[in-house]
Amino acid sequence: MNVTWLLAWRNLWRHGRRTWLTVGAMVFCNLLLVFMISLQLGSYQMMINNSLAMVSGHLQVQHGDFMADQRMRDTVPAVVALSDSVRAALGVDAVAARGQAFALASSDDRSFGVLLTGVQPTLEPQVSSFPGLVNRGRYLRADDRDAIVIGAVLARNLQVDLGGELTFLGSGRDGSFAAGIATVVGIVDTGIADLDRVVAQVPLTWFQDVFTMGDHGHAVVVRLPELDTVPAAVSTVQGLVADNDSLRVLDWEALQPGLRQAIQSDMASNWFMYAVLIVLVAFSVLNTQLMSVLERTREFGVMLALGMGPGRLARLVAMETLLMAALGLGLGLFFGALLIWYLSVAGFTYPGMEEMAARFNMGDRMYPEVSLLALAWGPTTVFVFTLVAAIYPALRLFRLEPVAAMRAA
Amino acid sequence: MSAIICKDLCKTFRQGEEVITGLDKVSLSIDAGEFVCLSGPSGSGKTTLLNAMGGLDRPDSGEITVGEQRLDTLGKGELADIRLNSIGFVFQAYNLIPVLSARENVEFIMQVQGVPAAQRRLLADQVLAEVGLAGMEGRLPSELSGGQQQRVAVARAIASKPRLVLADEPTANLDTHSAAQLMDLFVALNQERGVTFVISTHDTRVMGYARRLVRLQDGRLISDEPQQPHTMAQG
Repeated sequence: MNVTWLLAWRNLWRHGRRTWLTVGAMVFCNLLLVFMISLQLGSYQMMINNSLAMVSGHLQVQHGDFMADQRMRDTVPAVVALSDSVRAALGVDAVAARGQAFALASSDDRSFGVLLTGVQPTLEPQVSSFPGLVNRGRYLRADDRDAIVIGAVLARNLQVDLGGELTFLGSGRDGSFAAGIATVVGIVDTGIADLDRVVAQVPLTWFQDVFTMGDHGHAVVVRLPELDTVPAAVSTVQGLVADNDSLRVLDWEALQPGLRQAIQSDMASNWFMYAVLIVLVAFSVLNTQLMSVLERTREFGVMLALGMGPGRLARLVAMETLLMAALGLGLGLFFGALLIWYLSVAGFTYPGMEEMAARFNMGDRMYPEVSLLALAWGPTTVFVFTLVAAIYPALRLFRLEPVAAMRAA
Repeated sequence: MSAIICKDLCKTFRQGEEVITGLDKVSLSIDAGEFVCLSGPSGSGKTTLLNAMGGLDRPDSGEITVGEQRLDTLGKGELADIRLNSIGFVFQAYNLIPVLSARENVEFIMQVQGVPAAQRRLLADQVLAEVGLAGMEGRLPSELSGGQQQRVAVARAIASKPRLVLADEPTANLDTHSAAQLMDLFVALNQERGVTFVISTHDTRVMGYARRLVRLQDGRLISDEPQQPHTMAQG
């Protein structure tokens, strides 16, 4: 066996308690990082999927100007046929056509502005979680003609209940006056008050009739099984609509830029906290190694006298740190993997989570992301910083003079 | 052929405001294969001279040559190479690495010297047997007596087959019996291997083993005489 490695390993255990305390700090930091990062990534995934499932889907085909201007005339022609083509091309069922208009909704007593969405009743539940959030009445059916599902806050504001009639006034695609009457069949409570205040869904066929859309719509919405399949799906759909210059394929980041910003902002503050944690552990290692070097000054002096160069001594200290860091890394990864495996099955919740969950339409339990990044990033960074922390104690050895060092107490 | 040539070596130390003379124009020539004792009271310059001979400390002025190398002109790295490959050191306090066994202490230096792993263990066991520690190779320093620890230190010093062994008060921490055994070992190594020994001591019994006795006082060489060696047992 290599005697230098043996020496490095045994040197670690000269002060076993001190070594374990330092390794313990590393393992604790690694565990915390694995836990936080996997939970963070898992919550982002949940936030994204839940937010996308509610309204926008993972990608949409729209008229190039619709996203910015939301004008009625910026439409997708033959929207249902295009939707069928996209479904076939992607091989996923969760593809649906939509139309969208701002209108004035009036009940007997009150009027409010609403965002009226024409949907395909049988397909919409596959692209959106909205139909599943009906808490009174029912969602739209294929044979519905002039039925409407509205948000709970809107229903309260309009003072309308199931079976009540709402009159809609708006502008058609051709600029004409659009008006229609629909009967409330369902009331939705998404938990997001801003959404429940304006949301209303009607069958796409009724929407196309009332708003003189013909076979046009405003979007083909796609919901994909996995977030990481979005780029490939975007590319496939872009190929499908390449011959129509007016159409654009938008991924979720373009559809919900605020969501990306919220995630980035949250990430920035979390990374700062992680950096502080890692630096603290690095200083703990620096302290341990510096003490270890200082208390062995005499021994290092003897080694210098026997002909070892300071570079070899520095390498010995680096080996000791490497072994300690490897121990921290190994134990951190092992216990971290156990922890996130358990949490990925059992889930995790904490006080105050409901508020955040409601804001971002998340479930009441969070499930960490089990990935190599979540598991390895924290421990690997701690490992690297631990090695960096050994540089200063190791460099001190280059200043040692054998005679002076051997006189050290 | 000369193993060591010192010419007008001077060395001073500062202790606060006071300047202490370590060596004052010491000139000395030691031939290969000699067995020399440096003697003198504490503060006479024995250790300072030994450190200069071993390239551990630089003289303020003067020349020092070990073998064919002028030590006073070499850099740190070159001095370390010479210490590693050409000079063996034995210290008063043994200075073994406490977490390594006797064999590993010897092997460690051989590894630094680049001795292949396959040979190291064999050589370490051979040299430990030579110093009378066969069967104790696996013991840690804390499991050995002072005399045994010093033997391990000797084994470590001679494992690299140096031309020169410098020993600084090697018997100071040993009882009479262990000291006699150690000195007998030094004499045997000197005679059988032709290794040059320079030993600093103020123990008159140790001086008796030397064939040449160099006396120092206040950093000056006051006598340099050949003598008929005798052992401790002879008194």
